[in-house]
Amino acid sequence: MLHDSSARALRDAIVRGERGALEVTRAFLERIDALDPKLHAFLYVDAEGALAQAASVERKRREGAALGPLAGVPIAIKDNLCVRGIPTTCASRVLEGWIAPYDATVIERLRAADAIIVGKTNMDEFAMGSSNETSAFGPVHNPWDLERAPGGSSGGSAAAVAGGLAPLALGSDTGGSVRQPAAFSGLVALKPTYGRVSRYGLVAFASSLDQIGPFARDVHDCAIVSEVIAGHDPRDATSLEREVGSYTASLGEGVRGVRVGVVRDTLASGVEPGVTRAVERAIETLRALGAIVVDVTLPTAEHAVSAYYIVAPAECSSNLARFDGMRFGPRVEEGGLEETYGKTRARFGREVQRRIMLGTYVLSAGYYDAFYAKAQKARTLIARDYERAFEACDVVLTPTAPSVAFRLGAKLERPLEMYLADIFTLPASLAGLPALSVPAGLSEGLPVGIQLTGRAFDEATLFRVAAAFEAASDHHTRRPPAFFGGAA
Amino acid sequence: MTSTRYEAIIGLEVHAQLLTRTKMFCGCSTAYGLAPNTAICPVCLGLPGALPVPNRTAIAYAVRAGLTLGCTVRRASRWARKNYYYPDLAKGYQISQFDEPLNERGFLDIATSSGTKRVGITRIHVEEDAAKNLHGVGAGTDTLVDFNRAGMPLIEIVGEPELRSSEEAEAYLKALREALMFAGVNDGNLEEGSFRCDANVSLRPVGEERFGTRCELKNINSFKFVRKAIDYEIARQEAILSSGGTIRQETRTWSSTQGKTLSLRSKEQADDYRYFVDPDLPTLVVDDAWLEAIRASLPERAEARRARYEAALGLTAYDAHVLTAHPRIADYFEETAKALAARCARSLPLAQAGKRVANFVQAEVLRVVSTDGLEASFPCSPAYLAELLALVEDETINGKIAKDVFADVIETGKAPAEIVKRKGLVQVKDASAIEEAVRDVLARHPKERESFQGGKLSVKGFFVGQIMRALKGANPAVVNEILDRLLAEP
Amino acid sequence: MSERISLDEVRKVAKLARLALEDDALERLRTDLGDILAWMAALERLDTSGIEPTFQAIEARGALREDEPSPGLRHGEALRAAARSSHGGFAVPKVMEGE
Ligand SMILES: [Mg+2]
Ligand SMILES: [Zn+2]
Repeated sequence: MLHDSSARALRDAIVRGERGALEVTRAFLERIDALDPKLHAFLYVDAEGALAQAASVERKRREGAALGPLAGVPIAIKDNLCVRGIPTTCASRVLEGWIAPYDATVIERLRAADAIIVGKTNMDEFAMGSSNETSAFGPVHNPWDLERAPGGSSGGSAAAVAGGLAPLALGSDTGGSVRQPAAFSGLVALKPTYGRVSRYGLVAFASSLDQIGPFARDVHDCAIVSEVIAGHDPRDATSLEREVGSYTASLGEGVRGVRVGVVRDTLASGVEPGVTRAVERAIETLRALGAIVVDVTLPTAEHAVSAYYIVAPAECSSNLARFDGMRFGPRVEEGGLEETYGKTRARFGREVQRRIMLGTYVLSAGYYDAFYAKAQKARTLIARDYERAFEACDVVLTPTAPSVAFRLGAKLERPLEMYLADIFTLPASLAGLPALSVPAGLSEGLPVGIQLTGRAFDEATLFRVAAAFEAASDHHTRRPPAFFGGAA
Repeated sequence: MTSTRYEAIIGLEVHAQLLTRTKMFCGCSTAYGLAPNTAICPVCLGLPGALPVPNRTAIAYAVRAGLTLGCTVRRASRWARKNYYYPDLAKGYQISQFDEPLNERGFLDIATSSGTKRVGITRIHVEEDAAKNLHGVGAGTDTLVDFNRAGMPLIEIVGEPELRSSEEAEAYLKALREALMFAGVNDGNLEEGSFRCDANVSLRPVGEERFGTRCELKNINSFKFVRKAIDYEIARQEAILSSGGTIRQETRTWSSTQGKTLSLRSKEQADDYRYFVDPDLPTLVVDDAWLEAIRASLPERAEARRARYEAALGLTAYDAHVLTAHPRIADYFEETAKALAARCARSLPLAQAGKRVANFVQAEVLRVVSTDGLEASFPCSPAYLAELLALVEDETINGKIAKDVFADVIETGKAPAEIVKRKGLVQVKDASAIEEAVRDVLARHPKERESFQGGKLSVKGFFVGQIMRALKGANPAVVNEILDRLLAEP
Repeated sequence: MSERISLDEVRKVAKLARLALEDDALERLRTDLGDILAWMAALERLDTSGIEPTFQAIEARGALREDEPSPGLRHGEALRAAARSSHGGFAVPKVMEGE
């Protein structure tokens, strides 16, 4: 079945001429048409653009031109990434109807790799949320259980790949927004080292934390897309000039002698038993494969939630100031200038408003030192915790999230509870480190993910460890039955 | 304006646009006067997802400004966001510098009636300009925003509150403008707004140490208004204080039509700018090699040029000032002086060549020069002017003829030597040829010679005229000498 | 209910952020922000004396661009995205100069 194929299998079939790029694209577009009403993973499907791109891949093949590493492979794009000529809404009323006049750098790179952009995926409004319920256009449903959240904020991208509506997707991760939905949806997702992937064309939430990361159904596919989108971009001043190297070359090297650090203390509380069991099993699997398991501590990590929910809202309060209806986007024009500003911006949803308010408050006169300056210092300490941990190990292993996918509505009106559930993903974000979530089995029929955090720039080791783990288990072959006709 | 009871405390903040080809953080053109919103891109329009990347030349110019004003250049400075809402501010924040600016602790020497005064410069930081609000365009009541100006590279020069009168403020502004123009970083154009000034003015009783409440004056866009606005403001505050009132901290604007300052907003209504380090921009690093390269490329300062003109090019202080009114005029003068000295290597030392050129430039050239910002257009090249003055120097033509030839060069664009030759303006300086002509004239006018000898000395002028006409120009000194000798003959 | 933040403060912050909110929304924000800020008070326990802040976890070298022009947006394309435009400008509610 096409929709169950890996991206590289599709690409190979297209390159060999066993499948046409148009045929593959049409098949996924039809599947989106048929199944997305259940998931609401897409906010916009660009059938016309996708077919045109597929036709050009076929033309290139006929002409004997070299085909890119994602030739003819459909990919879904989170709706906070600018794709020229089609809407980019960030799932917000504030940006409703806005057509991006340019391509994000990652989009240019995907096009250069001959990938097929099929559409824009639903998300938490402006990527603020951990359940995809803050979307102004309605929530996404988890393919494993339609009553449950797919995770967030890149919930639409996760659901699209988990439901087989696209073999690949891009999301963005500020505090866990690709890793947590990957865990909730049984997928592999990477948050790269900060600066590894250009943010040009990613609508900013928190600029010092945002990174773009891919979703795939297995480690190899995730590594391929990661390699395509990584690399220096002169249009992003925070983009690193360091050589990327190959993420796929070392996938088969195994984990013998790799030191896996396990955090057993402070972070352990409040984790569901099913998640704990999956993590324990994963540790045993890795040990059996020859990895050296060591205990490490991240003493400052308990402050990560506070630090993150100061830094990210502070940056967001400034980043979202441009959504004022003056140059683009809808304007609610009532009374004078000040009233127009206020009414236009009151169209932000509740969670976004909450964060703008929190961020404005912590930056305002008299509070800056107690909150913002303090949080930035906590970041330094968290980064030092990791430095110390990486003296003893090569990757740090934790759960990705403390629970499996929760029910839609369960936490929506309890923001603090929602924030606390980000405890495992936030420390790596604050320290700018690469972190990957990989499936580690099911708990009560729902996927559990484990998170591997690596040294800065060392994505390759994360992929290598994850690949060895994946090869030793069948977790990644699990599919949501309702979308793949029973257990795989 | 001086008061016996109060002392004025004045500090100036100047925004100067850096002369780059492209904007501070994007590749849009900085050309002035383009049709509205034709030099814009996702970055300067603040579109979602766009990111700023600083312009290397803008940073180099800002460092130049710092060096020319004696600042300490910070090797690692930070970008900050200044957050506020205004339709001319695309992103809802201005990218500027706050803590840890690029340049700090400089100074500027200004000329005052009581001698030179050194005024401190607190800091010079880099920032981007806002867009331009256009009012009253078309029939509607809307304000129209033109983002061509959004993102233009600026430096903000914050002066210490060490100025005590409007005269000093004006002197400071002129000295600052000169310094930036000679550093080649700003065109000093107040009318087009590429050099803008805000003034903080407060009063305190004479003898008091603490500063009084200050008002910020905006919109001072000509040197004429600087004096007027500050004097008005001093008088206004003095009137309030001497009648027992208190000054409200506020922002005021100078209205040139009403001839007074008007209140814009009080400080209580002021925004809380929520400055924080811009997370889109890493630390701005100026390493040793770059700093030294910038230092090496720094053009000579105006004061240094004046000192050199006096010491080496034979100029008076006054001449030196006139010739450094504009960097291109100074360049023109120097180039001409060097070319002239080179042409007349044996007869004319540099100091004398300088003086000759200075005189001619001031008398003739400055009348026909036009300047536009940092550019100036000269109707005659330094090479031609040197050629012309060399013709005077070797007595091929006299000074009066030179002026005519200069006019001819401007009109025709032809080389001076060619004009002199074609029009037969070469003066005869061969003494025997002149003597022959003198004898001839005297022989043909015996009556006039008689009246001269009878005591009517004014007849000499008639003879000179006749001789000159006959020779079609000659060295007047030689003519006079020979004429006197022959007239004295019995 | 937390006393971490007063309704007046919430109102002031909303004004700074240009969010025109109804009273019930402000009340709700007061509760939410109060809870969050109270919870964040735990950060006070963290000893950060002598610690430098991290502005960028992994800092790039801060490359600069050369002063070379690059193509921008087409005039019409940019203005079409605006709520209103006229005479080549982005039309906004009347601004008092210096407001
Ligand atoms: Mg400024
Ligand atoms: Zn631009």
